[in-house]
Amino acid sequence: MFIINCPFCGEREQSEFKAGGEAHIERPKQPTELSDDEWAEYLFMRKNIKGIQFERWNHIHGCRKWFNMVRDTSNDEIKAIYKMGEKPPVK
Amino acid sequence: MSKNLRVKTSKFVDETYRVSFKFNGSRYYGYKGDTLASALLANDIHLVGRSFKYHRPRGIMTSGSEEPNAIVQLHNNSDRTEPNVRATEIEIYEGLEASSQNCWPSVNFDIGGINNLLSPLLPAGFYYKTFMWPASFWEKYEYFIRKSAGLGKSPTTPDPDVYEHEYIHCDVLIVGAGISGIMAAKTAAKNGLKTLLVDEKPNLGGSTIYQNSEHFKINNQNSGSWLEKEINEIKKIDNLDIRIRTSVAAFHGYNFLLARENLTDHLPIEQRKNKTRQKLLKIRAKKVITATGSLERPLIFDNNDRPGILLSSAIKRYADLFGVACGEKNIFLTNNDSAYETAISLIQKGIKVEAIVDNREEIESKLLYEIEKNNVKVFKGFTIVNTNGYKKINKVSLMKLSKDGQKVIGSKINLSCDCLGVSGGWTPAVHLFTQSGGKLKFREEDQVFIPKKYSSEQISIGACNGDLILEDIIKNTPKYLKEFLNIKKTDYDNVEVFSSENKSKRNIWLLPSDKILGKTKSFVDYQNDATAKDIKLALREGFRSIEHVKRYTTTGMGTDQGKLGNMHALGIISETAGTKMGEHGTTTFRPPYTPLTFGTIVGRNVGEYFDIFRKTPMHEWHLKNKAEFENVGQWKRAWYYPKNNENMFEAVQRESKAARESAGILDASTLGKIDIQGTDASEFLNRVYTNAWSKLAVGKCRYGLMLNEDGMVYDDGVTTRLGENHYIMTTTTGGAANVLGKLEDYLQTEWPELDVYLTSVTDHFATISVCGPNSKKIISNVIPDLDLSDENFPHMSFKNTKIGKINCRVMRISFTGEHSYEINVQANYANSVWEKCMEIGKDFNITPYGTETMHLLRAEKGFIIVGQDTDATMTPIDLQMDWIVSKKKYDFIGKRSLYRSDTIKDDRKQLVGLLTDNPNEILEEGAQIVADVNKSPIEMLGHVTSSYYSPNLKKSIALGVVRGGKNMMGKKLIIPMENKTINVTVADPVFLDKENKRLNA
Ligand SMILES: [Zn+2]
Repeated sequence: MFIINCPFCGEREQSEFKAGGEAHIERPKQPTELSDDEWAEYLFMRKNIKGIQFERWNHIHGCRKWFNMVRDTSNDEIKAIYKMGEKPPVK
Repeated sequence: MSKNLRVKTSKFVDETYRVSFKFNGSRYYGYKGDTLASALLANDIHLVGRSFKYHRPRGIMTSGSEEPNAIVQLHNNSDRTEPNVRATEIEIYEGLEASSQNCWPSVNFDIGGINNLLSPLLPAGFYYKTFMWPASFWEKYEYFIRKSAGLGKSPTTPDPDVYEHEYIHCDVLIVGAGISGIMAAKTAAKNGLKTLLVDEKPNLGGSTIYQNSEHFKINNQNSGSWLEKEINEIKKIDNLDIRIRTSVAAFHGYNFLLARENLTDHLPIEQRKNKTRQKLLKIRAKKVITATGSLERPLIFDNNDRPGILLSSAIKRYADLFGVACGEKNIFLTNNDSAYETAISLIQKGIKVEAIVDNREEIESKLLYEIEKNNVKVFKGFTIVNTNGYKKINKVSLMKLSKDGQKVIGSKINLSCDCLGVSGGWTPAVHLFTQSGGKLKFREEDQVFIPKKYSSEQISIGACNGDLILEDIIKNTPKYLKEFLNIKKTDYDNVEVFSSENKSKRNIWLLPSDKILGKTKSFVDYQNDATAKDIKLALREGFRSIEHVKRYTTTGMGTDQGKLGNMHALGIISETAGTKMGEHGTTTFRPPYTPLTFGTIVGRNVGEYFDIFRKTPMHEWHLKNKAEFENVGQWKRAWYYPKNNENMFEAVQRESKAARESAGILDASTLGKIDIQGTDASEFLNRVYTNAWSKLAVGKCRYGLMLNEDGMVYDDGVTTRLGENHYIMTTTTGGAANVLGKLEDYLQTEWPELDVYLTSVTDHFATISVCGPNSKKIISNVIPDLDLSDENFPHMSFKNTKIGKINCRVMRISFTGEHSYEINVQANYANSVWEKCMEIGKDFNITPYGTETMHLLRAEKGFIIVGQDTDATMTPIDLQMDWIVSKKKYDFIGKRSLYRSDTIKDDRKQLVGLLTDNPNEILEEGAQIVADVNKSPIEMLGHVTSSYYSPNLKKSIALGVVRGGKNMMGKKLIIPMENKTINVTVADPVFLDKENKRLNA
C-alpha cells in the first residue's frame, strides 16, 4: 500500500484514494469534428505501460480533489505528484 | 509408546507444571513451555500424519513454522476446530486435543497408502493428465480423491472467538528476535527511535538463546548467556514495543507490513473467555530491519522422508530448549559443520550419537576433533543411499561418494538407528525481503540467495542476509546498523567473538544413489510428495520456468510454501538443464508467510459489522409495520409490507392496486441528491444530460438521462431548478456516489472554467412520495397552505413551503404514472411528516408500498430502471428514448458516440414491451428470447429485463431487450424455459395510460 502525498492534504494511505487511469488525455473540444477512428482513439486507447506511467488519482475519501501522479508501475515508486492542469515535472 | 525421552531439565520448560493433552484420542503429558511436537517426541511419538499424495507415514521434521509434515487438526468437531496447525508451533495447554490429518481411517492404517505402492503410476502431473479426461469420469475420481485426501476439515459452526486489527506506526520495525534482531532493537531503541520488535516464537533469542557451548563465545561468555543479558536489558526500554508469538505475514511496498499476533492460542480454552484471540497488526514503519534468520536445508536422497528423520537443527532445539531426545541412537547426515554442533549438544546430555555421515572428504574443524574424541565414527566423503523402517526409521545404508559427487562407489554399509539428523547447510530466510520487491543475488561459494537490492527503506541483517555463522553476525551487524540508522556507534562495536564453526560445505542438490533415479523416492517437497524424479520428468516434458515446474509438480505449493525444498528444486533444475542458479527465476514467495485464519483477516468486521448499512429516517416505522427489506447498495429499503401472512406476490398486488385506485406512499429517501450551485450550473447540466436545460424555468422539474462518454446510459433522475443558479439533481439510489464522482471529475479536469459547486445532500433530505388519484386530497390536508391547483402547481413543478414550522420542498413529479407528490424535508423531521401523511391518508386507504411495487408501477408505465433494463450497453436510442436526446445541442457527454458505426446499427438490442399469449403466465427476468427454436444453435435475440403481473391491467407484462426489437412490433417471439416454451408478442413498452391522463387527473 502506497503512501500518497496529496497536493492538498499531505501524506495519506492509499486506501483513501482512487486511481483514475491514464493522465493527459484531454477530452476533444469539438467531438463532432472527429472521425470514428479519432473519437475511438480518445475513448478507448490507453497505454498501460510497465515502467514510468502518468496517471490520474482522486483523493476520494479526503478532499475529493483530482491530481496527477508519475508512477513506475514496475516497482510502484511514485516519482512525482502535481495538480491538474500543471505540466509533468519529470519526463 | 510409553517411553520417556525427556533427558534433561531445561529452563525453557516448566517441569513443575504438567500439562495433559490428547493426540489421536490417547492422553499424554508434557510440560508448560512444550510445543505439541516436543511433547509428542518426549513421548517417543514421531508418526503424526500421512503425506498428501502417496499417504506415506510422516513424522515431525522441523521445530518451527517451516514444518511440512506435522500438521494437525485441533479440537475436531468443535466450534474451535482448526486444520493445518503446525505441531511444531502450537504450544500445549491443558485440554488440547489434536488429531492427524490426511489419513483415513487412521494414521496407523491408511487406505490411501495404496497410492504409495501405485506410485510408479502417479508421476508429476498425474492428476492433470488422468483425472481431467474423460470429463464424465470426474465424478467417480472425485469421490475417491476427496475421501482419501485433503488437508484437514474446516469448522462448520460460527467461530466463537474475537479478533482485532491494530494499526501501528513506528520508526523502526525489526522482524525476528534472534541475536541480530536483539542487537538491532537495542541499538534503534537506545537511539531514541520508536521501535517495534516482533518474533513468531514465544521466547526471544532465536537459536542462540539455547546455545550453551564452549565453542561459541561472546565476550568470553557462552553466547546463550551473553544474549540472555542483552534480552533482559532491552525488556526495560520504554520506547521498544516487543510482540512475541507474532508472525509477519506480508511485507508490502512502502514498508507496510501485516503481522498476526497470537494472544490466546497457548491458553487452556476456559481461560480464553473475553479475550481477543488474534490480532492483525497493520504496521507502517519508516524503516524495516529484517532479521528472520535462516532455515536449515534437508538433503535429497532415497527415502529421505521417514518418521525419525529430522533436520539436525531441530534435533538440537528439541534437546537444548525442551530437554527432549528425538532418538536414542542418533545418526547424522551432513555436508557442513552444523550437524557436529548438534551432535556435541546431544553428547553433553548423554544422548547416544552413533555416527556422522559427512559428504565432505576433508574436514578442517575443531568440532570434528571433539566428536572424534567422543568416539563417534565419522564417515568422510560418504552419503546415505537409502533408509529403512515403515513407521519409523530403523536403518540407514551408506556408500562412498565419487570424487565429483555424481555417483556412489564401493560397497554398502548398513547402520541401525532410531533417528537421523540431516543438514544440507542453511538457506537465508529471504521470503519477506522478496515479498517487498527486493532483488536477490546468488552466492556461489555456499549456494545461497541473498539480498541484493532493496525496494524501500529497509535492510536485512544476520543470517537472512547471508551471515550464517556467529562470527560474521557479530562482526557485520553493528556496521550495517550504523549505516542504516545513521549513527556513530553501537554497544557492539568492540564485542569479542569466538566460534569453532567452519564455513566449508560440499553442496550436492540431489545426492547420488546406487539405484536409477526412477526407482528412488527422494522427496523435495514433503507436503505435496514431489520428488526429484518428478522435477526431472517436468524438465523432460519441456517445462523450463521454475514457476511452471512448480505448478506441474506441485513443488512448493503446500501450506508450507516449500520453505524447505524450493532451493533443491531450483538446484536440480539448474543441474539438469545445465544452467546457472537463478537463471530460470526463483519462485516468488507470496504472502502470507505462514497461513492466517479468516478470523484474523476480517477482525471485527463480522456479523452485522461485516458491512455498514444505511437506514432512512423512517426505518423504524418500516420495521414496526412489518416491512421486508431489500439491500440496494448499502441501503436497507422497504421491499413490501406483508399483511396477514401475505406472500410477496400477494402483498405487491394489493399495494399496486391501492396506489392506482386511491393512494400509495413510498419512502424514496435513498435517491441520490446533489445540490448544484454556481453561475454556470445551467451550462453544466447542458453538458452532462442529453436534453436541454437552459430554458428550464425556476420552479420547474425535468427528467434527465446521463450517458457515459461511450454513449451508454449511465444514470437518470429528475432535476429541479430551485433558483437562477441553483439546482437539485436526483440520481438512482445505487448510482449516487459514482454520479457525484463523475461530475466532480469533469468539473475539476475537463471544465475547470465552469463556476459550479456540487454537494451531496442525500443524507440531509428525506423524500416521501405520495401517489394515486387521492394524493391531491391527502396533500391538501397535510399542507393546507399550499395551492395545489394545476394552474399554480402543475405536473413537473416545485414549491417551497412549510408543514407547520417544517420547511419542505414539494415536487409534483411521478415515477408511477399517477398524480403524485414528492415531499423533501430535513431528514430529522421526516418521520413525523410520514406519520402525518399516514394519519391523514387513513380515510383514503393510503397504502405504504415498497420497492417491488414501485418497480411494478413504473413498468406498467414503461419507465426504465437504469441497471435493470440497461446494462452499460444500451444507448438512449436503444431504449426508444430518442425524444430525450437533444438534436440542437452541440455537445454533451456521450453525444459523439451516439453515431459511431456500432451504435447506429439497426440490429442492436433494443428495449421493447413483451406480452405473453397466456395473460397469466409471468416471465422470468433474465430469461432468453429467441425467434426460432428449430435452428441449431438457437439464435439468442435478447433477454427479459423486467417482468410482473399487473393487477391493474389484469395481465402479465414484461420489458426486454431484443436484437432489432424496434422493428418487431406485433411479432411473435419465444421464451424457451427448462420444461416449456412461452409464446410472447412484442409490444409498446408503455402498457398503461399512454395519454398521461392519470398524471394530470
Ligand atoms: Zn486530499
